[in-house]
Amino acid sequence: MRKLLAIFAVAVIVMSLGAVALAQDDVVEIEYWQYNFGARIEAMDMLIEQFEAENPGIKIVHNSDIPWADFTTEIAASAPAGVGPDVVTLFYGWIPAYVDAGYLVPLPEEPFSEEYILENFVPMVANAKFEGSYWAIPTAVRSLALFWNKDIFAEAGLDPESPPQTLEEFQEIALATTQYGDGGQDVLNITQQGFTPTMQGQIHHWFREVLIRQFGGQSYSDDGRTVMYNSEAGCEAFRWVTEFELEHVTGSFDLMDGATNAFVNGDVALHVDGSFRVGTIRGNNPDLNYGVAELPVGPSGENHTFGSYWTHGLTRRAASDPARIEAAIKFLEFITTPEAGALWVSIVGELPAQLESASDEMLLADPILGPFSAGLEYASATFFVDERAQRQVLLDAYDFVRLGGMDVCDALDEAAALEQELLDDFWSERE
Amino acid sequence: MQTVTPSNLFKDQARATAVGRGRGDRKYRIFSYLVLTLIVITITIPFMWMISTSFKPESEILRRNLFPVEPTMDNYSEVITETELPIWYKNSLIVAMICTVSVAFFDSLAGFVFAKYQFPGKRFIFIAFLASLMVPTEMLLIPWFIMSSNPPIPVGGTWVDTYWGIAFPGVITAAGIFLMRQFMQGVPDELLDAGRIDGVSEFGLYWRIAVPLSLPAIGALSIFTFLGNWNAFIWPLIATSRSEMFTLPVGIQQFSSEADTPWNLIMTGASLSVLPLMIVVIIFQRYIIEGIALTGLKG
Amino acid sequence: MSKPKRNGFFRWTVARRKVLWAYIFLAIPIVFFAYIRIYPAFFAFQMSLYDYNPLAAEQPYVGMENYEDLWKELNKRRSVTKASFQNTVNYVLLGVPVQLCLALAVALMLNEIRFLSTPYRILFFLPYVTSTIAIAWVFRMLYQPQFGFFNVMLQLLSLPQQPFLNSPQQALPSILALVVWQGMGFSVIIFLAGLKQIPRTYYEAAEVDGASRWHTFRYITLPLLNPSIVFLLVLQTISFLRMFAPVVAMTVQGQGGPLDATTTVVLRVYREAFQSFNMGYASAMTVVLFVVILIVTIIQLRFTTRSIN
Repeated sequence: MRKLLAIFAVAVIVMSLGAVALAQDDVVEIEYWQYNFGARIEAMDMLIEQFEAENPGIKIVHNSDIPWADFTTEIAASAPAGVGPDVVTLFYGWIPAYVDAGYLVPLPEEPFSEEYILENFVPMVANAKFEGSYWAIPTAVRSLALFWNKDIFAEAGLDPESPPQTLEEFQEIALATTQYGDGGQDVLNITQQGFTPTMQGQIHHWFREVLIRQFGGQSYSDDGRTVMYNSEAGCEAFRWVTEFELEHVTGSFDLMDGATNAFVNGDVALHVDGSFRVGTIRGNNPDLNYGVAELPVGPSGENHTFGSYWTHGLTRRAASDPARIEAAIKFLEFITTPEAGALWVSIVGELPAQLESASDEMLLADPILGPFSAGLEYASATFFVDERAQRQVLLDAYDFVRLGGMDVCDALDEAAALEQELLDDFWSERE
Repeated sequence: MQTVTPSNLFKDQARATAVGRGRGDRKYRIFSYLVLTLIVITITIPFMWMISTSFKPESEILRRNLFPVEPTMDNYSEVITETELPIWYKNSLIVAMICTVSVAFFDSLAGFVFAKYQFPGKRFIFIAFLASLMVPTEMLLIPWFIMSSNPPIPVGGTWVDTYWGIAFPGVITAAGIFLMRQFMQGVPDELLDAGRIDGVSEFGLYWRIAVPLSLPAIGALSIFTFLGNWNAFIWPLIATSRSEMFTLPVGIQQFSSEADTPWNLIMTGASLSVLPLMIVVIIFQRYIIEGIALTGLKG
Repeated sequence: MSKPKRNGFFRWTVARRKVLWAYIFLAIPIVFFAYIRIYPAFFAFQMSLYDYNPLAAEQPYVGMENYEDLWKELNKRRSVTKASFQNTVNYVLLGVPVQLCLALAVALMLNEIRFLSTPYRILFFLPYVTSTIAIAWVFRMLYQPQFGFFNVMLQLLSLPQQPFLNSPQQALPSILALVVWQGMGFSVIIFLAGLKQIPRTYYEAAEVDGASRWHTFRYITLPLLNPSIVFLLVLQTISFLRMFAPVVAMTVQGQGGPLDATTTVVLRVYREAFQSFNMGYASAMTVVLFVVILIVTIIQLRFTTRSIN
């Protein structure tokens, strides 16, 4: 018994020793959180190092260990406990939910005045006012473009330097580059994919903001409160997407562990994705012989692309303490400068959010990043009220057609009804 | 049902070995061997696949060959040197050990009290403990997290990202107390009374009489506690936010990112997490199988 | 303390002392259960009455609204919540019988053999010690089209490839296969222990009477195995009602797809609470799950524990 007590006493002493606070009074320590993505971590570590050198009174704790899929979980778990980030990185489509909960505080007039943002940031960031305020500001933005595998083009007898310019050419090339093993034209016999619509990835964005416009429709009413993609143009655009797997048999998400991986591994000819994929390729398969072009134009002949961004906001936690919020604002300002954007693009491959460095001549001339950069001018970002749920709705619609044999237009009708419910829920609460 | 004590359990075993012989139906036995062998082969397929893939170079992953054409140790060296797997290993080990030691001590002590003491409120307390088994753990995640961020004993600041924070929900278990109570009922009262007359303290009765007599059950309980905590997923996922505090399952889940599923590394990590336990099972198989038998008899 | 002189006084102090020590020994467990298990359960119940958003500073009281919402979702023609409840029922109805029958069959056969008996027991038990997360990845790979083991085997046998996890019809049984694979060894050993408890004399008597193998099984083995069956039935039902990790690890982005065909109540709870931030609603779901588990357990214990003659 005595021995046990002794062990217990030692344990208590050891525990309390660990508790001795190491914090020094003259240093403000704030936390910055983002999800785990190699290149982003590297870039942010460099920015933090520079920032701390310039501001010796501020220490940034960089938490970047949380897997992408668990990021919201960790934030949700930390908030009620009063811990968590002071500056947080989140997808722009999550902002309404975070604002609703009172998790974010509006960006302060100084230094983030409306004029400053309008003047310096790309249009989709400048348009992101919600409830009369700006709530977050990004370092970098992304747009969609077309990736193509030059080796596969050459093997198929196509000019490896001329990517498809129109949707028709896109379809033709997808057909020409698909290869099958023994047993004929069947999804499970595909050995090389022409094109696979990965709804889980960026294809639902391509449909929502690009294809539907090119087929002469629009996804949402101008005020963003009504779903409109279950129209004739919507059906046509959606059919065009679903036919790759169902009619033309050029690929399937189920194969080779997803089209994104398959493209990176050199098994897919055409791929639609964001600029961040450039970093993945550089990391996982640097020898891939590929090119990037602006997205093909549709029947309307217009250029469209989808723009999105991960952005940084200030949390309620930071605002609870004048010293913290001051440090957080300084840090936020630092990581959103044109210089930070330039560093970011060189490491992550995402485009600077500030016009000054986004429209840089060098960047526009870059064979890989140029097409993304050009797209920023005509990029549109969907106003999501619940990005995950809205994405799931379209993903399910695609699966209903693909796996459930449902009619394309019926599937879209159902998706539209479900998504409308999400929008109504959101807007009804603020009237 | 009769109370199980170590001695009659072994008697059962001795008796049981004779059962098969009585009905010496050869055909039936051959049939049994055939079916069992078939099932055993099926059971080993995932293990073979996992181990074989862990030796495949990346270029062979999405190919159809079952065994690596050019076996390589690269995956192992990459997982060990370039990921934090060794740290997660250590974390899992520490957390599982904390829970195991604590459960072995507190559960057996509480089981001893419930089996051998009469005191007001005994029934109520016992039922309250058991009722907690009915509550799905998932329901408690949020309260637990709030608790670990503002701990009742504020020694050491928050519990988030600490070993204690990962371990605390599992340091005492109702099922273990129940098991130990059943088992300790078989400890003869005369022995305890004799001890009291000899001036042995109450804790001494537990420590020097009840525990030695209950070692098989405590051993089994310890092994299951260890296994359960080694493989636990959802709470460690929520209770940790920094990768240097991840446990093995949480870490392995994070190998796969938004963009990439490195199958070879995942299979290597899986092999490394599973193999030591398999070895433990093979070494202690007798103990474990008897241990489960004990748990099972409790209904 | 002076030595007790009278017998009665001696007994009285011993009894008192024992009560005191009982409380001392139980002090830490009592505090633990009250604070770590019971209080949080009430807290969760309380949360279900609020529009509890973990990100928000204030949580408005909404009474039964979360339960009403849940009821509405369950009565829709199609909703994720409804799918999660239906799937969970399917997991139980499919998983429990398959698991128990298979384990019983294996146990009966293992009980019959002598040679290789121990290695076989160990092999059956090995999957039980694996981490679900790790092994789910292995199964995910085995199920892959084109290069996954199962499809390679089908091709070798000139059979058509199967989509397994990619099909709304096959995904749930495919996940179940993992759970059965992992959990069977445990049930087998429980059954083996149960079989050992059956006195040999019963079988000898049956043999003398010339009873068939089936009769022996039906009228001796099965009834006498009742305690093990009840124990496993309760245990397995509860664990299938709480299905979570295999589904997270085996479906694309842990969503319980395709088309919500594999999602479960606990997975919904997790998603609603931690990704959609509806913790009030999620808590309401856990309360319902708690009630279901309670009822199922009571019913099973009532109807299956009959006394044995």
